Amino acid sequence: MNEKFLIGDRISGGYGQGPNILHGCTLAVEKGEIAVIVGPNGAGKSTAMKAVFGMMDVREGAVRLDGEDITALSPQARVAKGMAFVPQNNNIFTSMTVEENLEMGAFLREDDMTDSMEQVYTLFPILKDKRRQAAGELSGGQRQQVAVGRALMTQPSVLMLDEPTAGVSPIVMDELFDRIIEVARTGISILMVEQNARQALEIADTGYVLVQGRNAHTGSGKELLANPEVRRTFLGGT
Amino acid sequence: MDFLNAFVALSNFVLIPATAYGSQLALGALGVTLIYGILRFSNFAHGDTMAFGAMVTILVTWLFQAMGLSIYPLPTALLALPFGIAGTALMMLATDRWVYRFYREQKAKPIILVMVSLGVMFILNGVVRVIIGPGEQNFNDGARFIMRAKDFKVMTGLKEGLAFKSSQGITIVVTVIAVIALFWFLNRTRTGKSMRAYSDNEDLALLSGINPEKVVRVTWILAAILATTAGVLYGLDKAFKPFTYFQLLLPIFAAAIVGGLGNPLGAIAGGYIIAFSEVTLTYAWKKVAVYVLPESLKPDGLVQLLSTDYKFAVSFAILVVVLIFKPYGLFRGKAV
Repeated sequence: MNEKFLIGDRISGGYGQGPNILHGCTLAVEKGEIAVIVGPNGAGKSTAMKAVFGMMDVREGAVRLDGEDITALSPQARVAKGMAFVPQNNNIFTSMTVEENLEMGAFLREDDMTDSMEQVYTLFPILKDKRRQAAGELSGGQRQQVAVGRALMTQPSVLMLDEPTAGVSPIVMDELFDRIIEVARTGISILMVEQNARQALEIADTGYVLVQGRNAHTGSGKELLANPEVRRTFLGGT
Repeated sequence: MDFLNAFVALSNFVLIPATAYGSQLALGALGVTLIYGILRFSNFAHGDTMAFGAMVTILVTWLFQAMGLSIYPLPTALLALPFGIAGTALMMLATDRWVYRFYREQKAKPIILVMVSLGVMFILNGVVRVIIGPGEQNFNDGARFIMRAKDFKVMTGLKEGLAFKSSQGITIVVTVIAVIALFWFLNRTRTGKSMRAYSDNEDLALLSGINPEKVVRVTWILAAILATTAGVLYGLDKAFKPFTYFQLLLPIFAAAIVGGLGNPLGAIAGGYIIAFSEVTLTYAWKKVAVYVLPESLKPDGLVQLLSTDYKFAVSFAILVVVLIFKPYGLFRGKAV
């Protein structure tokens, strides 16, 4: 079987000297696909994401990007390799303008970045109108757009989102998901953690249900939505 | 009533000196606020950094004088200033390399870094006294006045004279240039923006690939430029004495905190607020009052609210009031 583009392979680990939070957890995403991690509170969803991005000690297992083992790389080095991460909180420079936020996203690039900036503005037209405004003055949904836009400025091959829809209204959430699908269509792999499991699984090519740091269910978004056990335990419905 | 003479007296004794002093404080406070915003600690060594920078500049000034270099009517110290800045920047980078970096790698708490800076302060304090001595040095060899009180009286026919010292003029002009340059750097250049980004959100700056060590180095260099410039301007305007620079720490910190620590605009505003409060509260208003008030209300005393000995109490009182009622400062910096 061909290995997927980005894979966190049977990862175990935790923070610092603490106990393992993840126990042989596997996450993978193919080029241009959307993978969603869902699960109950405290399942280690965000931790799994951080493990893939190098912000947690991986004690067993490996992270591979396009076949290359990147387990030992620092988060900054992973950015240079084409991974981008949008944290759940504090994911924008509040005191800087929208445009400066995007510029900072492209800090590592020496080439002309006006193209990427235009792409971000095409994806999120509202940001173009507000590009001279301090990002901290924007609404919750717009701030998330800035955060995603900043991450896209590095022209990543993988975009990792930690609960991009936390704290935004359902309408804004739908719109964000639409944008995320658009980003995936350009060939960027998306790996995201979501609280809104049902909506997220609807757009997911692959879904991972984590329970207590272990893979409980894995499958396509549709399969998981149809799985009676997943429905009963996580989707809170019939 | 004679408002014109009153205004001239006011300008002569309050407005001009306070503007010059405020500019010096603003430059000092900018350095403090930059270090606070980026390295996240209050640098107690800043006053003595100013003394160190002024000292290096004075030594180079003496060298130039011995060589017969002069840019009269401007003081030779302005020519020596770039060398003073270079020397101070090297000293600060070395201090960072040998002292602060160790604690940064340990991820030491801000309070520990403050104590470290206190240690650096004592060392610098001693170094400056050993090299140049604890006494007063007067190194202003430029023209003394742009406008003499006597000339002003002759020119305008007014009873009050207006003196404008060249050191005051130089202070104001240099401050304006330095502030414009600093804001241009922070808002328009890639490195400057990366510094603001690092100050705003350290983790996200790292995720964006900003190199923290470079940001720290540039910060120290900027702080060296600001501190040396402030120190030299203060020395030209008053006189250089190591102990006075140590005492400047209080009004400088008051200025930075009043404006909002970490906020450069606030540091400038804070500098002038502190300077004007200090000067207006310790000025004997009799002279102005005589012109403005009717004959019957002429004051008998000096109408001086506080003796000049208490000028530090003014900074301190403002500091306390601001910390009680507006702990983030007027321009909303970071919490103290």
